[in-house]
Amino acid sequence: MSDTTPSDLPRQPGNLEHVIYVLRTNPVTLIAFGMFTFLILSALFGPALVPYDPLATNAGNALQPPSWAHWFGTDQIGRDVFSRVIVATRLDLTISVAAVAISFVVGSILGCIAGYWGGWADIILNRFLDTIMAFPLFVLAMGIVAALGNSVENIIYATAIINMPFYARLVRAEVNIRRDAGFVRAAKLAGSSDLRVLATQIYPNALPPMMVQVSLNLGWAILNAAGLSFIGLGVSPPTAEWGIMVAEGANFIVSGEWWLAVFPGLWLMFAVFTFNLLGDGLRDIVDPRKRT
Amino acid sequence: MLASSPRLRAILLRVAQAIPVVIGVVVISFLLTRALPGDPAVYFAGVAADEASIEETRVAMGLDKPLPVQFLHYVGDLLQGDLGQSLSSGRPVAVDLANRLPASLELTLTALFLAVVIAVPLGVLAATRPGTWVDHLCRVVVTAGVSLPTFFTGILLIYIFYYLMGIAPSPLGRLDFIYLSPDHVTGFYLIDAALMGDLETWRGAAKQLVLPATTLALFTLAPIARMTRAAMLTALSSDFIRTARAAGLSNRTVLYRYAFRNALLPVVTTLGMVFSFALGANVLVEKVFAWPGIGSYAVEALVVSDYAAVQGFVLAMALLFVALNLVIDLLYTAIDPRIGFEAQ
Repeated sequence: MSDTTPSDLPRQPGNLEHVIYVLRTNPVTLIAFGMFTFLILSALFGPALVPYDPLATNAGNALQPPSWAHWFGTDQIGRDVFSRVIVATRLDLTISVAAVAISFVVGSILGCIAGYWGGWADIILNRFLDTIMAFPLFVLAMGIVAALGNSVENIIYATAIINMPFYARLVRAEVNIRRDAGFVRAAKLAGSSDLRVLATQIYPNALPPMMVQVSLNLGWAILNAAGLSFIGLGVSPPTAEWGIMVAEGANFIVSGEWWLAVFPGLWLMFAVFTFNLLGDGLRDIVDPRKRT
Repeated sequence: MLASSPRLRAILLRVAQAIPVVIGVVVISFLLTRALPGDPAVYFAGVAADEASIEETRVAMGLDKPLPVQFLHYVGDLLQGDLGQSLSSGRPVAVDLANRLPASLELTLTALFLAVVIAVPLGVLAATRPGTWVDHLCRVVVTAGVSLPTFFTGILLIYIFYYLMGIAPSPLGRLDFIYLSPDHVTGFYLIDAALMGDLETWRGAAKQLVLPATTLALFTLAPIARMTRAAMLTALSSDFIRTARAAGLSNRTVLYRYAFRNALLPVVTTLGMVFSFALGANVLVEKVFAWPGIGSYAVEALVVSDYAAVQGFVLAMALLFVALNLVIDLLYTAIDPRIGFEAQ
């Protein structure tokens, strides 16, 4: 008879322990998670908490530099820049999250089909992705929005299309290398259908690298969407959105009213920076070998 | 004769591989112009068009014919260099683009040159001295570079160097009003002014170019520095470097003749991706600095719904990008002696 209780047994370190370990050894990732939480909170509760109505104009109080009453100053028609910057978080995050979600789903489906069945589907998909990648991606997004029509939904679709190749290629590669793996054959032998094997046995293996891709991609998607609205596509004034606010503020920078463009620009940078840090951190958690 | 030169054959093969890509690009831009929901005749006739002029555009462009026929017409027009008529300028889109392309190329190529000249040494230094301040600087530059929106960097630079310090010229175009633009030879103001021997104009053009080129370079620097550092680290930890060191070769020889040459290959590959980013960011930088290139042409066209101009711009950029990638791959064969001798 032995006295060992289950807790004395040597345990395999689980996923949660690994995550905690990585977060403890890499405080930057922890900070990134904190920044991410802040962004999510300002997207959720920002519109309810900001001190001023982001659309309320006040001509008597225009172009005021930052002060206690207006932390980020006021713009050319007296709107509070701080309120507008915070309220814009929701729209900017929605655009990028929706775009990345669409490219995630479409890329997964296309990648699974090409990677699992191969053959013609694979060849056609690869040709198609090559063609998308043959365009400078931001320029392609411009062309798509110009063709589909100038609206926020079309900004989302355009951003989704230019991001999709990255996901489709990733899934295709992950599915392809496992197509004939032992556990897949075992599952097939046990009578599972192709679709079931694909969904329950193969595809989940592609999820960790996909999550990293998502996080790195979100930052890029925000940059793209803001760039598109900076050149006057998608979001139209007076909607509060970082790209368009920087574009409007740019007219005042040469006369010294820096706060109009700088604060929304800084917020945009902050969001992109958060997602990039988060992506690097997630990569450490998912794949310790790829650390740089 | 072809078989006698495997390298030449590899080059021809690579050029041939670009053909399906070009076909794909043309198909996609055709789809973008014609086969979309909504009536393309309405787009191309412009915002101010009435029923009659829409109908006129439809017949003139052959939009009343079936899609495959339209595609053949489209390809036929393209082969003659016809990208349609710009509504805002009244000139053919191809002429407008050709007039403005040198400005964009001058900006983009200067920026890429700056980025490579700074990023490659930075990456090499960071890789050879891990943990020192150079390494940390490289990491900061790389992380900041990918997070900075290009248009925002441009505006910050204008604020600091034009408004606060007053050392940069006003961010309006390629040349200040006090100078006459140099005679058109290449369209590159720096080259044309130098050809004329007009030092004053050359200096004026260079002054205008510094800020936009720096903005674009800051953006493209990050991926190049990151890749150089990673590739250099991989090369330095490989067996042939150990062998070279064991054979007693000098540090310099090991570093530059063996490690750097091998590290260069992935860096050149990244340049393709960097070009894609640079051509996209170019549009934003041109808007910020009122640079009269094809990017700001497209932005102006977008504002007035001049679709032929926008789609012509998209196609031109894609073809430019395909050509740049081709050049990079050919460069690759020049750098890497193994390519071309293997059976491909």
